Amino acid sequence: MASEPMNGAQIVIKALVDQGVDVVFGYPGGAVLPIYDALFKQNKLRHILVRQEGGAVHAAEGYARSTGKVGVVLVTSGPGATNAVTGLTDALMDSVPIVCLTGQVPTHLIGNDAFQECDTTGITRPCTKHNYLVKDANRLAQTLHEAFYVARSGRPGPVVVDIPKDIQFADCPYAGPGNVKHKTYRPQVKGDTRKIGQAVEMIAKARRPVIYGGGGIINSGPKASKLFTQFVKMTGAPTTLTLMGLGALPASDERFLGMVGMHGTYEANLAMHECDVMLCVAARFDDRVTGRLDAFAPGAKKIHIDIDPTSINKNVAVDLGIVGDVANVLEEMIGIWKAEKKTVDKKAVAAWWKKIDGWRKRDSLKFNTDKKLIKPQQAIKRLYEMTLDREIFITTEVGQHQMWAAQHFRFEKPNHWMTSGGLGTMGYGLPAAIGVQLAHPKALVVDIAGEASIMMNIQEIATAVQYRLPVKLFIINNEYMGMVRQWQELLHGGRYSESYSAALPDFVKLAESFGAVGLRATRPDELDDVIRTMIETDNMVIADIAVDPKENCFPMIPSGAAHNEILLGPEDEAEKPVSEDGMVLV
Amino acid sequence: MSDIERHTIAVLVDNEPGVLARVIGLFSGRGYNIESLTVSAVSKDEALSRITIVTTGTPMIIEQIKAQLDRLVPIHSVHDLTDEGAHIEREVALVKVVANGPERRESLRIADIFGATVADTTIESFVFSLTGKPEKLDAFIELMRALGKTEIARSGIVGIARGAKAL
Ligand SMILES: Cc1ncc(C[n+]2csc(CCOP(=O)(O)OP(=O)(O)O)c2C)c(N)n1
Ligand SMILES: [Mg+2]
Repeated sequence: MASEPMNGAQIVIKALVDQGVDVVFGYPGGAVLPIYDALFKQNKLRHILVRQEGGAVHAAEGYARSTGKVGVVLVTSGPGATNAVTGLTDALMDSVPIVCLTGQVPTHLIGNDAFQECDTTGITRPCTKHNYLVKDANRLAQTLHEAFYVARSGRPGPVVVDIPKDIQFADCPYAGPGNVKHKTYRPQVKGDTRKIGQAVEMIAKARRPVIYGGGGIINSGPKASKLFTQFVKMTGAPTTLTLMGLGALPASDERFLGMVGMHGTYEANLAMHECDVMLCVAARFDDRVTGRLDAFAPGAKKIHIDIDPTSINKNVAVDLGIVGDVANVLEEMIGIWKAEKKTVDKKAVAAWWKKIDGWRKRDSLKFNTDKKLIKPQQAIKRLYEMTLDREIFITTEVGQHQMWAAQHFRFEKPNHWMTSGGLGTMGYGLPAAIGVQLAHPKALVVDIAGEASIMMNIQEIATAVQYRLPVKLFIINNEYMGMVRQWQELLHGGRYSESYSAALPDFVKLAESFGAVGLRATRPDELDDVIRTMIETDNMVIADIAVDPKENCFPMIPSGAAHNEILLGPEDEAEKPVSEDGMVLV
Repeated sequence: MSDIERHTIAVLVDNEPGVLARVIGLFSGRGYNIESLTVSAVSKDEALSRITIVTTGTPMIIEQIKAQLDRLVPIHSVHDLTDEGAHIEREVALVKVVANGPERRESLRIADIFGATVADTTIESFVFSLTGKPEKLDAFIELMRALGKTEIARSGIVGIARGAKAL
């Protein structure tokens, strides 16, 4: 393959194009100027200029989660790289495939405290799946291809490639992606057939089965969600999903119990507590899901399928762990189930469903409406109902609004729900929505936001406006860091220390000053009109929805409590004080 | 709470910058114990290094440690020597003893009993070199401490499985 000699910067562009990248989120600076120059001279890659590097990583996350492709970030050395750290950590926690290219001072200056030097590989080592410092121009192309391979293979995650400026200028050889056969990193994707057979056996024998699916199903790709849904239907087992797993089973499926965990439904949590066999599919027994560990599903035999062996037996000891890609493992499970003509114990499972239906009747997500005040749940519910006929992607910030969105917005498909689950990063939703909108230009993309969170990356409005991305900010404005206030109410005697959102901007004027459209609803009878106008406006919109500032998010399993100690509403709160052990937990 | 076990784990890694930092960062970041850690290149051609880690934890933690190590990208293989059958562990100690008169003579006698060699000598000091199991080194060092001013350097533990099977 004879080609014209290229310098490192050109190699970077070529490698990205050959990896199928069409958009890069970035911000320029001294240490990446050669790459920006190479970007300028080509038209295969689109560069989206964010307004802060943190925004670039979240935008790449939104792009990646909504497409299944690797999201790409380009930032400069020093502050460019350090600003990316939160996004990288977020992507690591939620297993989002990201390749982040960082500029670095020239190799001969490394270690000299040069201008805008920082130890990028040192700083990002614990918050990436892997990282590289390219010191040899001959290895640049291969390193870049390897970075993509590592980011997307196995359990996906963020990979940093730190590229000193002299390498960007140096003439380098180029080789295409080919078939990267990594020397050491070859994650196990096929499950152990014997164990899969055992799993099938355990589920067929269950009297009170529960399937608990997580974000790994989404990460594995749409096929995994299809197979998951198929398996749920075949077995008829009651099924719950984690925050990250929403969409893996259509919310309209009658077997779906709603979300599990701290703000999950009554029926999902009690079913987890009382099941006799639990099939965990690509979830990770996070503390937000398990509640108090020693009281977690005490009578259940547990099966865990995950591509990452470290997730198995980490928090909860399981009876059967299967390492492999969920799509592969589910396919094999379905095959065995069919071949051996398995059925569940119909009578026992019918009785189990009867019990669950009793819990369902409590209608744990119900809320009261009010004549004067918009209820936050009501705002989200109306948004859901009024957009049923559209292709809609939802992102969120972090707080009560995020939990209400997870509870009241119902997802029928995977990859349509983007939220910061593991790290809980306020400021995620707006840049993530920008990334989603770029990947899906025709779709409706809404960031369900809180008024406090949105201030964390508010500068990204300019990005949306610059690229004419009609992202919608739907701000559930309760004038509080509501989730903080709720915990202060529950644990700290209602002393609302620093959790009031003072000196808020006028979001309507703010929108207008950026060249976006601002809307506001303050009364319930204004809500539908604002939502209608918002979704019909072909422009970036900020809809400021003034909601009841006192509303709390229920159900809630206080930290340190067990699933069956779930609080259903404010009445429960007074009756069941939080334990001292629970207080210290986050 | 299950019992705390002590395991010796051998890890073959790519000999590349940062790999040791990854391993150490993993242990400190996740709160695992390191009783001993040694590292050295073992093959120039393949650019391989071998890290030997002695750690303690419940069986569940030990499993976690191995799985966590195994998923680091530049790691070739992880072997739990303690689990995989009989193995040998060795450590080197260099022990400086500053003493005169009978103490000095006694130090030489004890060194002889332990099979330590004299690596350096002056009129008022010896440096002994001793190779063996860590417990043997502990015993030797304790005796030497009683005889005079001491300075101790220990290598940390290296381990290898007995028998013909090679990694
Ligand atoms: C970057 C960051 N800082 C702090 C927190 C802690 N925190 C979690 S929720 C929350 C309040 C969020 O307020 P708002 O965005 O208004 O959402 P609400 O809970 O009111 O819906 C805070 C401060 C966080 N999750 N992320
Ligand atoms: Mg708020």
